[in-house]
Amino acid sequence: MTIEMLLGASVLAATLRLATPIALAALGGVVTERGGVTNIALEACMLVGAFFGIVAADRSRNIWIALAVALLAGLAVAALHAYASITLRSDQIVSGMALNILALGLTTYLDYQLYGTTGTPPDLPALPDLQLGFLTGVPYVGDVLGAQNSVVWLMLLLVLVLQVFLFRTVIGLRLRAVGEHPRAAETVGIRVRRVRYAAVLASGALAAIGGAYLSLGVAHSFTDGMTGGRGFIGLAAMIFGRWTPVGALAASLIFGYGNALSTSLQGATIGGARVPVQLLGTLPYILTIFAVAGFVGRSRPPAADGVPYETEGHA
Amino acid sequence: MPALLEMRGIVKRFGELTALHGVDLVVGEHEIHALLGENGAGKSTLMNILYGLYHPDAGSITLNGQETAIRSPRDAIAHGIGMIHQHFMLIPPLTVAENVVLGDERSGPIVDQRALARRVRELEDRFRIAVDPDARVEDLPLGLQQRVEILKVLYRGSELLIFDEPTAVLTPREVDELFSIVRTLRDEGKVVIFITHKLREVFAVTDRITVLRGGRNAGELVTKQSSAGEIARLMVGRELRPVQARTPVPSTGPVLEIRGLEAKSDRGAQAIRGVDLEVRRGEIVGVAGVGGNGQSELAECILGLRKPTAGTITITGADVAHDDPKRTRARNVAYVPEDRRAEGLVLAFTVADNFILGKQDDPPFSRRGVLDGPAVARNGDRLARDFDVRPPNGRAIVGNLSGGNQQKVVLGRELSAEPTLICASQPTRGLDIGSTEYVWERLLEQRARGAAVLLISSELDEIRALSDRIAVMFEGRIVATLSAPEATEERLGLLMAGHAEMPVS
Repeated sequence: MTIEMLLGASVLAATLRLATPIALAALGGVVTERGGVTNIALEACMLVGAFFGIVAADRSRNIWIALAVALLAGLAVAALHAYASITLRSDQIVSGMALNILALGLTTYLDYQLYGTTGTPPDLPALPDLQLGFLTGVPYVGDVLGAQNSVVWLMLLLVLVLQVFLFRTVIGLRLRAVGEHPRAAETVGIRVRRVRYAAVLASGALAAIGGAYLSLGVAHSFTDGMTGGRGFIGLAAMIFGRWTPVGALAASLIFGYGNALSTSLQGATIGGARVPVQLLGTLPYILTIFAVAGFVGRSRPPAADGVPYETEGHA
Repeated sequence: MPALLEMRGIVKRFGELTALHGVDLVVGEHEIHALLGENGAGKSTLMNILYGLYHPDAGSITLNGQETAIRSPRDAIAHGIGMIHQHFMLIPPLTVAENVVLGDERSGPIVDQRALARRVRELEDRFRIAVDPDARVEDLPLGLQQRVEILKVLYRGSELLIFDEPTAVLTPREVDELFSIVRTLRDEGKVVIFITHKLREVFAVTDRITVLRGGRNAGELVTKQSSAGEIARLMVGRELRPVQARTPVPSTGPVLEIRGLEAKSDRGAQAIRGVDLEVRRGEIVGVAGVGGNGQSELAECILGLRKPTAGTITITGADVAHDDPKRTRARNVAYVPEDRRAEGLVLAFTVADNFILGKQDDPPFSRRGVLDGPAVARNGDRLARDFDVRPPNGRAIVGNLSGGNQQKVVLGRELSAEPTLICASQPTRGLDIGSTEYVWERLLEQRARGAAVLLISSELDEIRALSDRIAVMFEGRIVATLSAPEATEERLGLLMAGHAEMPVS
């Protein structure tokens, strides 16, 4: 095992790449749960984003239309979840799980119908990399940041925007109020259901960008179930990051680093013993259990998180 | 005096039930108006209509001479009506200033925390209400949280403030501070409606009184010209029965004997610091004190819900300090917990099922682990009738009953087995006069039967009305034990506030 395997520029570049879809899902989780709705259907939103992004890219040959369609697909799944959990006040976990199963089945079925066994067509338009010319030649930094995908930068921008939005803006204040004590928010004239709908829809859009990034930015193709639980890991990152955008990014980077290591340490040995790379893959889950158990300080969800809100009075 | 608010002929029906049968409420400018009545009299329904949470089926609301329709809390706020809710409508993790302005931030898209704090401070200065705008609400005691509620309403420019049973969660000192804030509000030109069922508060702070009973007007009075007896009669609709004279019951050895008891609170602080206490057969021993001085922990130690760190607890000669609740209760110990909803009842269960909690393994209710439904139902119907639960059968879901009826279910379960020792913690908290009277009578009945009763209460009236002896708890110690005649209100008040006197042995 060498330092290069642990901290080389390629490992860090991979960390950013692998953290991006997790972070986008985590940001979605932060927004929706701060508003008081649990959305485990983020996985579904990612998956439909990935699939319908590819389909649209194939049909339109335009990457921006593809991205827009991916967003719409994520919004549609999120809208179903919002309708079930806000309007119908059903159990949010059950609704989310049902949508995950639906999304997996639907995309797998349509994938087979459209592309059969040959797979999605090659040479689809892709989400562009951002070539930062001024960084070429700068040692290390240039290799890490110089040619990342545009979505990586979009994700970093969204982290900052959402951090400011949640904790510095009026609307962010109202969103947090709704997630903590919806009745109190309603008595001061905040429209609880409207705020929650907006938050759930936003989470679906964020996760769908993550899905589109996987299919249109990295793989340039769609394979069944290609999101591989990243929506769930995003929720873990949200918890580990204590329901803040910056925290969620930090957690996503840790998880991404774990993933990057399990590639770069492939076949590496320490004093003759092989590094168990598969165990590194369990890192997100173990860290999350520690986070939830309170080993890294207080990690407390919004008080009304996952609790359906019933308007009182018009009995 | 011109009327600021006139509610006329308000009718409100909930399905079959009519909660308000044409109620009038007239409130003048510059007054503190008591809206008084038992639980279920319609006070809250009437105020929820005024605040736009309910819509009346008939009647009119006139504000400043203008007939007004109030369809939502937004409408109410726009018309200058503000409500200080009994269960605070605050967001605990947010700051005081954020809570005050929430929903009406009057700021650009980005919140300027300093400007917020400044605006809130100006408001505080004007109404002489002190609370740090930058503090987090979850870090504040309840008395200060209530001030945040008041500030919220004032910030929105309310002219009419509705206080919904505002003293229920406050310590006596906080109550005094609240009263002085309410008077300041009146002097600043606000109108206050004060919902309560405590007569003491009516006399302490209000100018006029509207009494409701059973969804109808029972009387309108000027506070200064009325007497407690008159008001109580209007509320309850009959003369109050005087608490029956207590005859000494021949006493034997102590049923409950506590020696050198020490215990910690949930947070690990020393809650009980060396308590000695005895309760004999046929005796009610009152434990007085401001909430949080170790009374709750004392009750929990006796029942085996909390492990003492030192000392002994003996019930009829057997040391129970290290027994679990099941073993302690097997000695025929009854427990009326201070929070009936959280600890006394399973709200989602029926009355009949609640009656057998703790006895579910015993005949006749179960045989070889299988419940005998008819036996449970028969027992439920019988106890519901015996303990005057309404409706008088075992089939109602306990969560749907009024507080008074819920407490009757607890009493029915605990007292029907003729316990030797009864540990009753705040047994009338939140109950109206009629239900309070009922609970008192049942406890006195148990005393007359020969039970030993430990009565923990922060209501001085209750302690003085029922107890043969009174122990005052302060900071985990019993600072004095007085006989009933010695225990004047002044003396108890001083002891509860920590002004110790020479120990009375």
